[in-house]
Amino acid sequence: MSNQKTGAQILVEGLIREGVEVLFGIPGGAVLPLYDALYDAPIRHILCRHEQGAAHAADAYARVTGRVGVCIVTSGPGATNAVTGIANAYMDSVPLVVITGQVASPLIGGDAFQEADTVGITMPVTKHNYLLRDVADLARIVREAFHIAATGRPGPVLIDLPRDVTQQTTEPRFPRAVHLPGYKPNLEGHPMQIQRAAKLLSEAERPFIYAGGGVNNPEAAAGLRELAERGGIPVGLTLTGLGAFPGDHPLCTGMLGMHGTKTANLAVSEADVIFAVGVRFDDRVTGMVERFARQARIIHLDVDPAEIGKNVPVAVPIVGDVRRVLPGLLAKFKPADTAAWQATVAAWQREYPLTYRQSGAQIMPQAVIQELFRQTKGEAVICTDVGQHQMWAAQYYPVREPRTFVTSGGLGTMGFGLPAALGAQVGRPDKLVVQVAGDGSLQMTLQELATVVQERLPVKIVVINNGYLGMVRQWQEMFYRHRYSSVDLQAVQALAQAAGAEAQSATPPQNTSVPDFVKLAEAYGIPAWRAKRPEELAPTLARALQAPGPALVDCWVTPEENVYPMVPPGRPLEEIILGA
Amino acid sequence: MRHTLAVLVENSPGVLTRVAGLFSRRGFNIDSLAVGVTEDPAVSRMTIVVDGDERLVEQVEKQLNKLINVLKVSTLAPGECVARELVLIKVNAEPEVRSQILQIVDIFRAKIVDVGKRSLVVEITGDEEKVEALLQLLREFGVREVVRTGRIAMARGARVVRSAKGETV
Repeated sequence: MSNQKTGAQILVEGLIREGVEVLFGIPGGAVLPLYDALYDAPIRHILCRHEQGAAHAADAYARVTGRVGVCIVTSGPGATNAVTGIANAYMDSVPLVVITGQVASPLIGGDAFQEADTVGITMPVTKHNYLLRDVADLARIVREAFHIAATGRPGPVLIDLPRDVTQQTTEPRFPRAVHLPGYKPNLEGHPMQIQRAAKLLSEAERPFIYAGGGVNNPEAAAGLRELAERGGIPVGLTLTGLGAFPGDHPLCTGMLGMHGTKTANLAVSEADVIFAVGVRFDDRVTGMVERFARQARIIHLDVDPAEIGKNVPVAVPIVGDVRRVLPGLLAKFKPADTAAWQATVAAWQREYPLTYRQSGAQIMPQAVIQELFRQTKGEAVICTDVGQHQMWAAQYYPVREPRTFVTSGGLGTMGFGLPAALGAQVGRPDKLVVQVAGDGSLQMTLQELATVVQERLPVKIVVINNGYLGMVRQWQEMFYRHRYSSVDLQAVQALAQAAGAEAQSATPPQNTSVPDFVKLAEAYGIPAWRAKRPEELAPTLARALQAPGPALVDCWVTPEENVYPMVPPGRPLEEIILGA
Repeated sequence: MRHTLAVLVENSPGVLTRVAGLFSRRGFNIDSLAVGVTEDPAVSRMTIVVDGDERLVEQVEKQLNKLINVLKVSTLAPGECVARELVLIKVNAEPEVRSQILQIVDIFRAKIVDVGKRSLVVEITGDEEKVEALLQLLREFGVREVVRTGRIAMARGARVVRSAKGETV
């Protein structure tokens, strides 16, 4: 009988066997048995302040380490709060194992306290999910969950654990192998298609590489770099692909798509062969899809067969893991002379650099990112929220290494940044981790400041504070005739005006900010500074970066700056607008 | 164009929800879906009829294949399979028209499975054309209720739809 273990103990042993060192979570009624088992476990538990934060932190941990992120939350509201984080990981193909508590089996279906149909709710946003019915299945399910999350196209896997099952006992048998007849990801790529791809690339006059999240790991990135350098092939990156190829490399044309560079968008439109690798032809990249890359024959390499031909017809499909396929392709690749094409692309780069107007009186948001790049020597792990600041970070912080630019690409989750920064810092204690935050986004998951302090995580938070939901404001300016509908975050002004007090002499937007992010950070015990004028930017940023622990810089930037270049939504890439 | 898919799935709770959820999430239209256990009690077989072009059906197949509980997806081309549906039809049958109805039922090799004072329940098995033709004729008498199982289909000849032996990794 001595080998008998409770479900909770089996779970903990399973996690240890999977090499889990860190959990992000919040306890609650249905997971009390699990948390009791965790009390003695050699696993670090990061106590987050909201389940969405726990899921995002685990997500970012996975992105920077390449390991499976794990989070644990309770039933009902715990699980529903985590849903945004799970969906976020699903959209960006991040390996996650999410453990949710569930009410005791006999209560399921009876609308019990803190009951929600977690498996039903998360079915469309997980790669797979389980409701544990029998404690005897637990050891196997844990093994399967990690296997499914990490292999093929990675993604979140959820295990819903009814409270009573975690208290039942059995003698666990941990399988070494996984037996999943319905799950056989194809990793190697078809040799004939690889051969065809190599031939097509070797004969191309104007080849172009369109690389994304599937290449954002050191092994794949090394293969990609070899291919680009040997062939003299210009590279354009997606938002989640930033870091897959050095942003400051002469062959790097920067980001593609809606807020990409003119060079990248021209190159993809003019190319005769496109090697699309680890990408999914998202609408933010292709613009009007019928007019995307009309001159090109497309080679599409991706591990998920369903992505191939989903949005764009493909000449050469390769289903496989980029890391496994690239070496074979490289072996057969005989580069043609692309000097003329390279010269064309280089001329575009000189002609259409990223630019923005200068302002003597106010800090330009792009300048904040450039200064951050300068002071961190481009070596920080950057975590962003979602919106204008995210695009400026993507444009003006040329990422050099894989796994160092952490952003919510597919789902576009405002509030991702702060929990992501804390998760990234847990995963990479050796690195400087900087959150580039929007003032709107930061307020969506602000509570994780407490987690940052409690775990003594030295993350730096740089708030690009324009007092607006800036990206929405930009669209209202451009496409809704300047009718700014519910995007103004200057609450003090609004309050003053509502009271009729000093409506005439209402202070300009630059002079108010609600909340006061400096005081707010200080309330959490985080030192914070404000930069209001251009000359204050560099020294203020330096103070924050040199502070030993976490720090926040509130940068008041010019409020109505727009993100350019911009391809208007639904328009072809050639219609890119460089500025107002 | 309508396509018939034979989908082998693990016979476990929630699998039907996953398949149905996939169709609704991806905006695929199901014409019919029939499900039952196979010769292997651990495996169920769904016959799904989808309406759409080749590209859509390819997406349906690929997305279905991504579900962990889906073991095998095969397309059954119209000429290469036998397809059947079972339909129950409750038709008005006043005494003066009853013999007419019986004649029609006989011609179609359908069956009367319930006899009421003013109505009959007709059972017919066949492909859609045959069912539709019978329905057309019975409508004249007043069809009160129709229940259909949805199409089930099997490849002709020796070919079988079977899941590959699962690999252990």
